[in-house]
Amino acid sequence: MSGQLTFTYTIDGDDFTRAGEASSSVKNKLKMLGVSSDAIRKVAIAMYEGEINMVIHADGGTITVSVSDDDITMVLADKGPGIPDIDKAMQEGYSTAREDVRSLGFGAGMGLPNMKRFTDEMQINTVIGKGTTITMKVYL
Amino acid sequence: MTIREMQSVLNAQFLYGEELADLDVQFVFSADMMSDVLAYGDKCSVLITGLCNPQVVRTAEMLDIVCIIFVRGKMPDENMLALARSKSIAVLATQHYMFTSCGILYENGLRGGA
Repeated sequence: MSGQLTFTYTIDGDDFTRAGEASSSVKNKLKMLGVSSDAIRKVAIAMYEGEINMVIHADGGTITVSVSDDDITMVLADKGPGIPDIDKAMQEGYSTAREDVRSLGFGAGMGLPNMKRFTDEMQINTVIGKGTTITMKVYL
Repeated sequence: MTIREMQSVLNAQFLYGEELADLDVQFVFSADMMSDVLAYGDKCSVLITGLCNPQVVRTAEMLDIVCIIFVRGKMPDENMLALARSKSIAVLATQHYMFTSCGILYENGLRGGA
């Protein structure tokens, strides 16, 4: 592949049933581009967790995915409440999700740790009251 | 073990994917928390769950899971089945509880993948 391909998605914060559509679309696109199934699975899991987080915590946002020869970069940007304590949020099992979210199968405090586990680089920039931008890379 | 064999030993109903029934599977993950499935289920091709919402199918899709088994008599709605169809994920439903379902499949040679 030469050059860089970029896909951008707007994530609807109101509709939990549609969460995951962007990740699904990216998964299909990467498959068509011939990316290895191992890399696709890592991107799909990390992005899906991020997408769910955006719906649960931040009322949606935007996700930009760039594919280059060397890596796949995902930038998830929201205008949510921000993350007060990133170290705590990175601990497995720590969650601030509401009880109704847990009953949907999420909010177990695995989202951010999973995103880190399945990517090669992850950076979190957060400002309380303004929003959070998470950048993740999976090497090819 | 094939999906058809799982259906038989679990006395399960095929809700979608009879054409996938001859697919061979080895590793199974069972949970109601989809975050746990995403964290630990990435080597598995079957998901056993009692959770019943569209995110179960989405989670299965992300992990390339080929078959979802709903336990405790849970029945996915038409939207969930349509999503599973579009992703070629077989869907079974059994009246057995999760523990019993896992036990039966373990006894028949399937493992947890960890």
